[in-house]
Amino acid sequence: MVIDDLVAIAEKERAAQKKHVIRCCMAAGCMSSDSKGVKEALDKAVKEAGLEDQVEVRGVGCMKLCCQGPLVQVDSAAEGATVEVNILGQGPLYQKVTPEDAASLIATLKGGKTNVQMGDPKDPFFTEQFSIVLANSGIVNPERIESYIAADGYQALHDVLREMTPKEVLDTILKSGLRGRGGAGYPTGLKWATVAKTASPQKYVICNADEGDPGAFMDRSVLESDPHSVLEGMAIAAYAVGATQGFVYVRAEYPLAISRLQTAIKQAKQHGLLGSGIFESPFNFNIDLRIGAGAFVCGEETALMSSVEGKRGTPRPRPPFPAESGLWGSPTLINNVETLANVAPIIRKGAEWFAGIGTEKSKGTKVFALAGKITNTGLIEVPMGTTLRKIVETMGGGAPDGGKIKAVQTGGPSGGCIPAEALDTPVDYDSLTKLGSIMGSGGMIVMDETTRMVDVARFFMEFCMDESCGKCIPCRAGTVQMHNLLTKILGRKATIRDLKKLEELCDMVKSTSLCGLGQTAPNPVLSTLRFFRNEYTELLQEDLYAGPNGNGNGTKEALSPMI
Amino acid sequence: METKDETQTQPAPGQPGLLRLATAWFGGCAGCHMSFLDMDEFLMDVAGKVDLVYSPIIDVKEYPEDVDVCLIEGAICNEDNLELIHKIRARTKVLVSFGDCAVTANVPAIRNQLGLGNAESVLQRAYIEGAQSNPCLPREPGIVPALLPRVMPVHEVVHVNYFLPGCPPPADRIKSFLVQVLEGKEPQLVGKDLKFG
Amino acid sequence: MAAKTLTIDGKQVSADESVTILDAATDAGIKIPTLCHLDGVYDVGACRLCLVEVAGISKLLPACTTKVSEGMDIKTDSERLRKYRRMTLELLFAERNHVCAVCVDNGHCELQALAYSQGMDHVRYDYCFPKWEVDNTHTLFGMDHNRCILCTRCVRVCWHIEGAGTKNVSGRGGKARIITDLNQPWGTADTCTKCGKCVMACPTGALFNKGSTVGEMERDRTKLEFIVTAREKKQWIAD
Repeated sequence: MVIDDLVAIAEKERAAQKKHVIRCCMAAGCMSSDSKGVKEALDKAVKEAGLEDQVEVRGVGCMKLCCQGPLVQVDSAAEGATVEVNILGQGPLYQKVTPEDAASLIATLKGGKTNVQMGDPKDPFFTEQFSIVLANSGIVNPERIESYIAADGYQALHDVLREMTPKEVLDTILKSGLRGRGGAGYPTGLKWATVAKTASPQKYVICNADEGDPGAFMDRSVLESDPHSVLEGMAIAAYAVGATQGFVYVRAEYPLAISRLQTAIKQAKQHGLLGSGIFESPFNFNIDLRIGAGAFVCGEETALMSSVEGKRGTPRPRPPFPAESGLWGSPTLINNVETLANVAPIIRKGAEWFAGIGTEKSKGTKVFALAGKITNTGLIEVPMGTTLRKIVETMGGGAPDGGKIKAVQTGGPSGGCIPAEALDTPVDYDSLTKLGSIMGSGGMIVMDETTRMVDVARFFMEFCMDESCGKCIPCRAGTVQMHNLLTKILGRKATIRDLKKLEELCDMVKSTSLCGLGQTAPNPVLSTLRFFRNEYTELLQEDLYAGPNGNGNGTKEALSPMI
Repeated sequence: METKDETQTQPAPGQPGLLRLATAWFGGCAGCHMSFLDMDEFLMDVAGKVDLVYSPIIDVKEYPEDVDVCLIEGAICNEDNLELIHKIRARTKVLVSFGDCAVTANVPAIRNQLGLGNAESVLQRAYIEGAQSNPCLPREPGIVPALLPRVMPVHEVVHVNYFLPGCPPPADRIKSFLVQVLEGKEPQLVGKDLKFG
Repeated sequence: MAAKTLTIDGKQVSADESVTILDAATDAGIKIPTLCHLDGVYDVGACRLCLVEVAGISKLLPACTTKVSEGMDIKTDSERLRKYRRMTLELLFAERNHVCAVCVDNGHCELQALAYSQGMDHVRYDYCFPKWEVDNTHTLFGMDHNRCILCTRCVRVCWHIEGAGTKNVSGRGGKARIITDLNQPWGTADTCTKCGKCVMACPTGALFNKGSTVGEMERDRTKLEFIVTAREKKQWIAD
């Protein structure tokens, strides 16, 4: 493969564009409401109408407004022209499409009418999006590498391998200000530089696709919609740090993402975009898949590496950090899916372009998965620094049925609840941390007035309790006791002393746990206590035994708090 | 040791100036009380300094008011235990969990491991399977108190001021504890005085 | 072999750069409480009892896995650390069924000793009272999961010193447990060499030599009777 081949593929693909492109979402959300049936019906309808030479029915990745799926968008070029990528997304967007609707949708191409529910592509949900990571999502066919190449895919990899030194690549990423999208927000360029600095004949690049936060589905969508962007990002990273082998660690619960990745890796290898001597340079790089068995803790990098090595997925103390001693003791770069998907666009468009988006300390965009009590459930990508209000009210459409938003939970079990009063907070790493939450990987669960915050805290505590690996005592046994105390509070059997015990445990588990799972497990409790303390105290029983000196004297009425 | 609450107007009956001591026996083997008696001649010293107002070793049926210190042996196993411990807590200044059963629920709580229905299982074992004649469960009201679904250490039910673990706590440890209480000190268990089992 | 100078509890200490804070403190006669650490096998930093405060670092660091570095100012004892250590121990006692009074290890137990050293006179958390099995299928040893604290010392000695790889951990969180071979009764684990290192390593009564528990003190009196009467009954003479 040389650049001419790449250009030829792209041109051939573009030349094959037909007058009408009907895009049908084939990501897991829409697939679960039979978008596969819809696509088959559309194919059949096109055939029956004899329009095969004019119409392409394209299975694409996520079209973002998941709650209205299956989604189908029909874009048509002006008479005599072909559909260019830049006009895609202008045509009517059909929602909740069933296979029976196919014939009427095809009929609209010839001026017919259809009763299928139509969405408004001018809705702020779509127009306020700023796509970098999701730029190809819903546009390209994730199962055809040609489709990705036609959208400038693998161009960045070529430029990097043929025209840039690893040092220049590092500098570009550093200058772009990209920070890790997995949660902690560590500067990506620094992480790469640390791995690059080590002198080791063997280095690894790992893509962390073990997305496990309840309510988060950003990474899954990226992998299902645009797997090649992640592979390209990994290859560029590998060149920059000097790695020759990559692994994508993806959880077994994402079968579609796994199959699309497998297809993508196979195609990339066939085209010489992975393997040895890529673009006739001395750079060799291979990627293998590792399927996780669905343990949340395996999203923690040291546990993930242990799992890749075929061992029990438990974390180990850091240092040494993976950048120094990672997979099989070799320096290892671990980046999240979304982080890697940002890499090729940064190379293509330049560090300055990327650094011009977002806020001073948080550059670029962030993908969020909107879920919970919100009208528009789905995926959004917005520049860093967009306010929460804009995200959940303007774009998300607020709580459904005229409800009032009470809080937004970000960061999954490691994050916190942000009260409605703080909705004007810009969403960036530092602002969310100040509010006692975290950016996290991008899950955003909206809660309305019917949500009890103690319930929320207990839900996340139960999650952490079940997902604790059991290695360190504070996390293994502390989450159990915190869960017990929350249950006791919800059962109206707890006193102020139990609440104190809970707060003490939160502090202890946070300070003493081995890995991030335990260290952040108390966050949902701490943040709900911070903003909704009254919801806890309202549930408390009178402490019959405290007395004036706390010695238990001074009460004649005795009730059992236990039975 | 807590000082007496000035606001309490009701005069304590019995001999003035003496510490009003009680001991109580809940779900346990009485070994802690045996160990208490093992203090031998020190019991004479104690006798001169306390007024023993309630105990399995004296004949008082009703737990009195205004007790200064009560040593609790045993875990909270049945409804009688539960009722009495609340009464004791309400009428006592300083509660001491005395021995492992009171402190940890110990052996009586092993039945908790059987999960739901554990009380029924142990009754079945004791009164039906283990009966030599006339196997039947004691169900008559007022005869044998009903077992609680879960055996609890005392501090899980009421507030406890001090803990004296051991199975049983040896006499010298009880002695050192009582000496501190009688001297009006905050009793502390350190070094060899702190031991379970 | 570069030497580092550091301060532990106000005491100037010099240690080789390859050693851990725990080693350096031990050499200096400063005792840091440990539970999962065992001299001679690699450390995992799991029990969190050896956490220490290092000036300038906001996180507490495990002494057993953190290497010394130049100018470190370490505090191994503080009100905060004592509080956390006691809580950690209480969590352990509440987690499984540690009934000291009837435990084979009573009086020799490292968990007990640590509890005393941290002044734990009672457990403030509700006991969980889980149901755990005792594996008595091995000819020489027994495993009582009720007493296990998942320190994984047995796993590490089994893999690292004996090289047998019989013991391992299965399950997550509170349901995690030590298993033998492919999660089968110990007595049927082919890889076990019966070396007994796991029993030697265990800090509690979870692993024990058979014959040391009260329940095992069953006497077979029929053997006595046989010895006395066999000659008369000619049971010793083979047909």
